[in-house]
Amino acid sequence: MDIPYTVKPRPDTGLYNAKVGIWLFLASEVMLFGAFFSSYILLRVGAPDGFWPDVATAWPHGLLNIPIGTFNTAVLIISSVTVLLAWASLKEGNLPKFKKFMAATILCALGFLAIKSYEYNEKFTHYVIRLKDGTAVTGHLDIDGKSPRFWSLATVEAKKLESIKVHVDVPNQFRYPVGFKHESHAEAEAKAGGHGAGEHAAREIKTADIALLQAFIPKTGTFFAIYFTMTFLHGLHVLGGAIVMAYIAFVGDGMWKTDPERYTNRIEVAGLFWHFVDLVWIFLFPVVYLL
Amino acid sequence: MSLKAFHLVFVTASVLLMLGLTAWCFGNYRRSDASMDLVWGAVALASAGALLVYGRYFLRKLKHISYL
Repeated sequence: MDIPYTVKPRPDTGLYNAKVGIWLFLASEVMLFGAFFSSYILLRVGAPDGFWPDVATAWPHGLLNIPIGTFNTAVLIISSVTVLLAWASLKEGNLPKFKKFMAATILCALGFLAIKSYEYNEKFTHYVIRLKDGTAVTGHLDIDGKSPRFWSLATVEAKKLESIKVHVDVPNQFRYPVGFKHESHAEAEAKAGGHGAGEHAAREIKTADIALLQAFIPKTGTFFAIYFTMTFLHGLHVLGGAIVMAYIAFVGDGMWKTDPERYTNRIEVAGLFWHFVDLVWIFLFPVVYLL
Repeated sequence: MSLKAFHLVFVTASVLLMLGLTAWCFGNYRRSDASMDLVWGAVALASAGALLVYGRYFLRKLKHISYL
């Protein structure tokens, strides 16, 4: 039995069926991501700025790595270019060239996911530490030369550590609100015994002085909860898109010999999904990283 | 909407993002006077220009393909 309208346009829609199908699917995806973006905006405008007084509800700035986020944006833009050129190569009847562009697209997708994983790990080893005297610092722990993930004050106490070494972030990196009692870089350097300009000051903090020790994980606060939710959901779409494109390009390419027009249409549909995923990131990047 | 039309939308959005990033970097430079902000702003502006050039190239390459 032949599936109708895989190549020829259906008279009532003027499009082949898979194209109508993917646009219906993308419409549902717009609603999914639209709900998350709306939630993000509502939470953002209702949140106090900075990390003080409440880590859970406040909205920190500058805690995400903007150069890495920008690089990842460039990777996704390049992948959209390569998927379009892959489709154009099929339109020209050039299968080897198509495969090269698809391989480049999949490499970009995997590169994006690898960089995102690195970013996640950076956050899992990044901490906010509030002391009992009201000061607060952010930075990475240094426990015997290692940077542990997911620690809390309970972990430090359970390990019976009297103090912890912290590589403190350079102050003024984050926009703390007026009244935030953050020690100056000079103070941090003095406590750490002196460091060069721009280096992270390392200092020992007594466990008894710590009121809060929290890694940047979803439960840390509203910002990280929605940041991880939105970027992880987007990451799943990238992974799904990469798997489907790899399958069509390198496993299901037999159709090119039997029905080249239908195969080209499959690539167009996969390309439409890929463009949607990339377009979501084009909105996600400035909203989460810059604003 | 064909992949060609969606790609045009995507390239337009990317150009706008790069122009926004340029403004963000130059705004930071005005506040902080850090030369890296100026460099990043220039790179973002150059990227916006490169995307515009690419946009013209791909429209010429795919001129025989429908927007539907």
